[in-house]
Amino acid sequence: MVAGGRTFTGIASALFLRNPNSMEAGVSTLNPGTLGKPGVTPVRRRKFIETLLGSGFLATSIAFLYPVLRYLVPPRALDLGNDSVVAGRTTDLKPNSGKIFRFGNRPGILVRTASGEFRAMSATCTHLSCTVQYRDDLQHIWCACHNGHYDLNGRNIAGPPPRPLEAFEVQVLGEEIHVRRRSEA
Amino acid sequence: MAMFSSLRNWVDERFGWNELIAPLRKKTVPRHKLSYWYFLGGITLFLFIIQVLTGILLLLYYRPGATEAFESVQYIMTQVQFGWLVRSIHSWSANLMIFTAFAHMFSVLFLKAYRKPRELTWLTGMVLLFLVLGFGFSGYLLPWNTLAFFATKVGTEITGQVPLVGKPLMVFLRGGEDVTGATLTRFFGFHVAVLPGLATLLIGVHLLLVQRFGISVPPRLQAEWMAKPANQREMKFFPNFLLRELMAWYVALGVLGALAAIIPWDLGVKADPFVSAPAGIKPEWYFLFMFQTLKLIPSKVAGIDGEVLGILGFGVIALLWLLIPFFERDHASRTRQWITGIAVFALAYITGMTIYGHFAP
Amino acid sequence: MDILRLKIRAAILLPVLLSLYLPAAQAQKPAPAQTQVKNSCLDCHSILPDELGVTEEKFSHDIHAQKGLTCVSCHGGDANNDDAEKSMSRAAGFKGKIDRKQIPQLCANCHSDPAYMRQYNPSLRTDQLSQYKTSVHGKRLAAGDTKVAVCVDCHSVHDLRPPSDPQSKVHPSNVATTCSRCHADASYMSSYKIPTNQFAGYSKSVHHNALAVRGDLSAPTCTTCHGNHAASPPGVANVANVCSTCHVFQAQLFGSSPHQEAFNAAGLPGCVTCHSNHEIVHPNDEFIGTGDKSICTQCHTDGDAGFVAASSIKQQLDQLAAAISSADQILGRAERSGMEVSQPQLELSQAKDALTKARVTIHSFKPALLEADIKVGMATASKDYEAGKKAMEERNYRRVGLGFSLIAILMVLAGLRMYIRRIEEKDNDENPSVVHP
Repeated sequence: MVAGGRTFTGIASALFLRNPNSMEAGVSTLNPGTLGKPGVTPVRRRKFIETLLGSGFLATSIAFLYPVLRYLVPPRALDLGNDSVVAGRTTDLKPNSGKIFRFGNRPGILVRTASGEFRAMSATCTHLSCTVQYRDDLQHIWCACHNGHYDLNGRNIAGPPPRPLEAFEVQVLGEEIHVRRRSEA
Repeated sequence: MAMFSSLRNWVDERFGWNELIAPLRKKTVPRHKLSYWYFLGGITLFLFIIQVLTGILLLLYYRPGATEAFESVQYIMTQVQFGWLVRSIHSWSANLMIFTAFAHMFSVLFLKAYRKPRELTWLTGMVLLFLVLGFGFSGYLLPWNTLAFFATKVGTEITGQVPLVGKPLMVFLRGGEDVTGATLTRFFGFHVAVLPGLATLLIGVHLLLVQRFGISVPPRLQAEWMAKPANQREMKFFPNFLLRELMAWYVALGVLGALAAIIPWDLGVKADPFVSAPAGIKPEWYFLFMFQTLKLIPSKVAGIDGEVLGILGFGVIALLWLLIPFFERDHASRTRQWITGIAVFALAYITGMTIYGHFAP
Repeated sequence: MDILRLKIRAAILLPVLLSLYLPAAQAQKPAPAQTQVKNSCLDCHSILPDELGVTEEKFSHDIHAQKGLTCVSCHGGDANNDDAEKSMSRAAGFKGKIDRKQIPQLCANCHSDPAYMRQYNPSLRTDQLSQYKTSVHGKRLAAGDTKVAVCVDCHSVHDLRPPSDPQSKVHPSNVATTCSRCHADASYMSSYKIPTNQFAGYSKSVHHNALAVRGDLSAPTCTTCHGNHAASPPGVANVANVCSTCHVFQAQLFGSSPHQEAFNAAGLPGCVTCHSNHEIVHPNDEFIGTGDKSICTQCHTDGDAGFVAASSIKQQLDQLAAAISSADQILGRAERSGMEVSQPQLELSQAKDALTKARVTIHSFKPALLEADIKVGMATASKDYEAGKKAMEERNYRRVGLGFSLIAILMVLAGLRMYIRRIEEKDNDENPSVVHP
């Protein structure tokens, strides 16, 4: 702390004052009449100021630098934007199973068909917005709320849903399953 | 410290440091009742530096483009460590900077610091003020949320109303006929490259001029000091004024931190060009007074379209504002009274209209 | 007598009118078929007043006209002849205004002929007449009642649009209004002794809301449950079958619940007993349980098994609803404090799904079955509540961090102040001309 204060006063006086050494003496050599306030010697007062300033600067510098340094380190959660998401890993899903993943602000469903292929589509039912699920006994997608059925392409095949589920593009890169919104031509 | 003086000598021998700062050492700042207003320029500069720093940090994660901008800001706010802090400081500092820039301009106006030979300082300062507003306008769109999208739509629409040059200007600003992802890209370019470059240049000139001519003193005080030099009170620029300025900067830093932590800037809803504009869409507060004025002008005034008249009116006022220092040729004191009066009216108008615009439906 | 007067009028007016009107008629050309085929019927009837008037504009919307059929196809007569007497003569096969009792047969002459209809639209049904004969309307018409609906009452005539046309009176969104023209008219229906409040009730229902407000054409209207051409009310035993075509789960659960047998024995219709038939409003949790608005207590009393089940079910529902609500609240608070909680809010919607599912499972009237759904929902809701709490903790942590930074800043400010004071005191001593405060 004291070192910090000393550093500051050192730099300041070096840069700005004519006689950088005038601060160093306990009592000003130029003016022996200044003996400081009664009761507090100039040396102690100076040390106190330097300590206060030093520790203050140190604290504010840390308060400033710590967030900046942590900010610079990229977070572990990869952000690939709204268009592309890593929905899971190939080891997550057995054939004939499905799982829900987050796509932007809405849920998506990733399905591994019985033949091992990956399909992905929006998991928001087009009837009344419940979240759909994969039924391994029916081997297609189903909405529990009002018994809506969708095939593995997202097409609504039975029940109340009026429209198909929006289908996404799936790309398997290594072990990661990347899901992307279908790009328009 | 011996180490520092030897370092200083080393730098001096290769840089001419002592000679360079010799005039600065002599520089003084007048001390009087209104001296506190002198801090405003420095605070604005500090906020600008904060903007550059936080802006660079944001650049590391922000992605311009209609499909990614909103999500990248969301990412910054939620996933990046202290991203919320950097972003909120950037947004708050932007608003504070616009406020202090205006305050600085008005204080210069009231303290009559624009007088000869400081006309160029005034001019560069006014251009900087316009640049700052441009920063605010372009930066506001970048998070690509509904409010920003429609505010930009309305703002550029108004620009399009200017006769002759309005339409081409609007297309230039929008990067097309409508506000789209192309607009976002363009605004991003303005915001991080064009405007900072221009601003840095002008700030350099502005500061140089301030250093060259020193700090001005209000006319009456100036006359008094000329009559009785003993009353003249000054303080050294280095280090006294600068240290006080540093205190002001630390206060600003504290205020910024508090605002960012307690009232973080919100994300909004991602912009959807196909959704109709929410009712009662308004621009940010620093454009409110103009917006509200345009709303109040009747649709047709003496056969001319009311909105066009309003825009042209503001343009003319801006031009005259730029030329204020040049009006004080003859009858300086009378002109000055006029200018003071107009400045008081302008301040009251801007404040009143901003408040009105805020509460109007 | 009227026809005679008309004939005289036509004889006088016709030359005048023809000279004025024909050029204009040719300029309009609403339907291509008409420009090639001369239609002397329309030439007069398009300018005659109501009752006898059919404007070209009106007729241009008629699907029959668009397909090339004309007045003659139904009314007979000779459309090529400008002489009113000759064109509307018995010799030319003119039928005049068709008698109501004969309208269904007239339409069926084409519409029940599959070979004929195949020319125009092979996928159209051709059993409308046979269906109509089984309907209440059909039976009463056969018995001589001409007040009942015949084809043209619902389908309109002369501007008959296909049902897929949103302006057609039998487009799904318009069916209820068409039925209500008679069935909601108390004075018209006074002789039939059936209620006339169906349309009023239906208008308050969720089905009407889905159809008319949300535009969901799959939502039921009158004809969905009653049939269109074979319109009759479903019998008490059959109402549930009608509902179950869409509400499959509820029907299945109900079918295996204790209520099925009990209702059958009491002659009560399933579904309708609790939900009403026309005024089917959105159910809320108050319907079930033992409160004042509950429907269960209309049959069940304190102490019987049903009463116990009802209160257990209600309790479980309330529990989940409360958990969701508190999670929602805390997440909302966190969001308003500036924390980003979109992920837990997204997951909370899954808890709401569980509640929706639970409300379907109610129809089994078995608390044990409900538990599974409730448990899933509770797990999600409490997880999200924890996320909300964490967000609030993070918010507080930020404020503490801010507090420390502010203290550090205050230290610097104090230090600077004192430092400035000190160097200025020193300066005062060194340089008296530069006066500091």
